Amino acid sequence: MRWLRKNLIPIIGILVLVYLFVPIAVVAILSFNKPDGKFNVAWNQFSLEAWQNLCGVPGVCQSFVMSIQIGVIATIGGTILGTMIAFALVRYRFRGRSTTNLLIFLPMATPEVVLGSSLLALFLNLAFPLGFWTVTIAHIMFIISFVVVTVKARLQGMDPRLEEAARDLYADPKSTFRYVTFPLVLPGILGAALLGFSLSFDDYIISAFNAGTLVTFPIYIWGAAQRGIPVQVNALATLVFVLSLLVVLGAQFVNSRRRRKLESSAA
Amino acid sequence: MAASGEVQDLRLVNLVKSFGDFTAVDDLTLTIPGGSFFALLGPSGCGKTTTLRMVAGLEAPTSGNILLGDTDITNEKPYKRYVNTVFQSYALFPHLDIFENVAFGLRRRGIKDVSGPVNEMLDLVQLGPMARRKPAQLSGGQQQRVAVARALINEPGVLLLDEPLGALDLKLRRQMQIELKRIQTEVGTTFVHVTHDQEEAMTMADTVAVMNKGRIEQMGAPVDIYDLPKTAFVANFLGQSNSVAGTVQGRSGDDLIVGAPGGSYNVPAARSTRQEGAILLGVRPEKLSIATAGSSAAVPDRHNRATGKVTDASFTGVSTQYLVMTTWGDEWTVFEQNRSVDLLQPGDEVVIHWAPEYTFGLDVPSGE
Ligand SMILES: Nc1ncnc2c1ncn2[C@@H]1O[C@H](COP(=O)(O)OP(=O)(O)OP(=O)(O)O)[C@@H](O)[C@H]1O
Ligand SMILES: [Mg+2]
Repeated sequence: MRWLRKNLIPIIGILVLVYLFVPIAVVAILSFNKPDGKFNVAWNQFSLEAWQNLCGVPGVCQSFVMSIQIGVIATIGGTILGTMIAFALVRYRFRGRSTTNLLIFLPMATPEVVLGSSLLALFLNLAFPLGFWTVTIAHIMFIISFVVVTVKARLQGMDPRLEEAARDLYADPKSTFRYVTFPLVLPGILGAALLGFSLSFDDYIISAFNAGTLVTFPIYIWGAAQRGIPVQVNALATLVFVLSLLVVLGAQFVNSRRRRKLESSAA
Repeated sequence: MAASGEVQDLRLVNLVKSFGDFTAVDDLTLTIPGGSFFALLGPSGCGKTTTLRMVAGLEAPTSGNILLGDTDITNEKPYKRYVNTVFQSYALFPHLDIFENVAFGLRRRGIKDVSGPVNEMLDLVQLGPMARRKPAQLSGGQQQRVAVARALINEPGVLLLDEPLGALDLKLRRQMQIELKRIQTEVGTTFVHVTHDQEEAMTMADTVAVMNKGRIEQMGAPVDIYDLPKTAFVANFLGQSNSVAGTVQGRSGDDLIVGAPGGSYNVPAARSTRQEGAILLGVRPEKLSIATAGSSAAVPDRHNRATGKVTDASFTGVSTQYLVMTTWGDEWTVFEQNRSVDLLQPGDEVVIHWAPEYTFGLDVPSGE
């Protein structure tokens, strides 16, 4: 009993981690399965077939690449626009500033079904052909919200003395932005961009409304789910997971190496 | 604009800064001699930071002028002024290491070869081995020295220091005071040092300006201001003082005769800002002698004297601090060197006396 009380927090922690990672582990494990029948839900036999033949099922790779393209373009567009809006909102006093502040939250607060359907109505009214660009525009819209919120917080949290110090040290407004403001806000911008990309990559509802005949990865999986999801989907999903894991681990490794180098140079 | 090496006076002329209808700096006129260690001393909120920010160009004056040498820099952009600041909170760039922090000003001015001067500057502030650390990895005192190095490397005409030692503990403060003074002597740059610590101002500065409510109350060498304060505010802000209000009743030679509660006092006319009417007399606690009422016959005739009762005696080793309730109900402080062992006790009737030339006469402050 005392043992339990002492170790309660680690135990709960491990349980939560298990809870978080079991689904991912199941997806990864099943990517090495050779399913018995159409549905890849029960372990049958070890096989590397899906990994050796990633694009073996018609449409799966096209949709995967499509989602990455949309994600990249929407993230770049949304991040640039969102960053500029955040700077304007924090740094300038203009008419309609507080209204803009409020409106910028709307895409995040509105249910996706509402957002998707009203966008569809808009595009149809404008006779804008549905497809790659309508989906991208829709994604840019909600990415902007997330970027504005993150970058704004970062800017507001920044000590105004730092920019004053830069000006005091012979940095004109351009250099102040380039060498002080931007580098300090950059981590916020990158974080927002990563979040934006993953939101875009796995968005189903808004995309489905505005895609027309375009097939993104989530739309493909949704469609495939009716007939049985091919093992390749598990393999691709595992691939994405491993890649993002590598990015995170890589960043940590660089950080800790820099810290070690600093400590040894200081000694 | 490479004015390096030149030592120029900094002049503030009728400088005013208002925020809305609140005047933070009120018609400030003062000249800071080139190469001096100048302290701007005043209580919190009196406008010290605002004054520095105007000199640095971070705040636009409402009216008035700022001149460096013969150049009017009132409307010069901060990044074009030959003035650098050590901020109250240091404001080191957290994303740059110490070396790059110090090199920042040189790089912005397009100087390519920075490593020589930067390393030299880091040695001056004794931070050579820390060059590749980030600011967050330094102690408060080290950060403070980086802030000084970062500003000083640009060889500014004037270095502005806004309470640079405010965040340090007492021991480190004393250490850094000596350090800063050493650096100033070594580089010969004009230092304008803002502080609300009167001891710091007096030990470090050649010239002290005492500021109150946006105005300079008095300016001069620390010894002179301490010896002869010109206003009641200065008398109490810079060191301690005892005072009694009275009226000028006449003259005797070079002295004014002042009638006040507790008797009549002499004050040299030259040491008084008023020659007639209502006057506030003051004297520093360590200038007073104290004796038991019984020995009042031994007090020199020409001395000013007051009688009272000891209310508190605290022995501090080298001296004893007495609090004395005077017959007219004011509490006076007396510092008495411990030359004899027989201390006075609370309740003792005493006579306090001092030579007239230690007295100063001031205008009676209005209001308050
Ligand atoms: N931007 C501003 N807007 C309005 N009032 C201000 C502003 N900056 C300063 N003040 C006011 O001006 C007065 C002087 O401020 P300042 O910062 O110069 O004081 P200080 O002498 O540096 O005080 P401290 O010793 O506490 O740093 C204060 O009463 C302050 O409230
Ligand atoms: Mg201040």
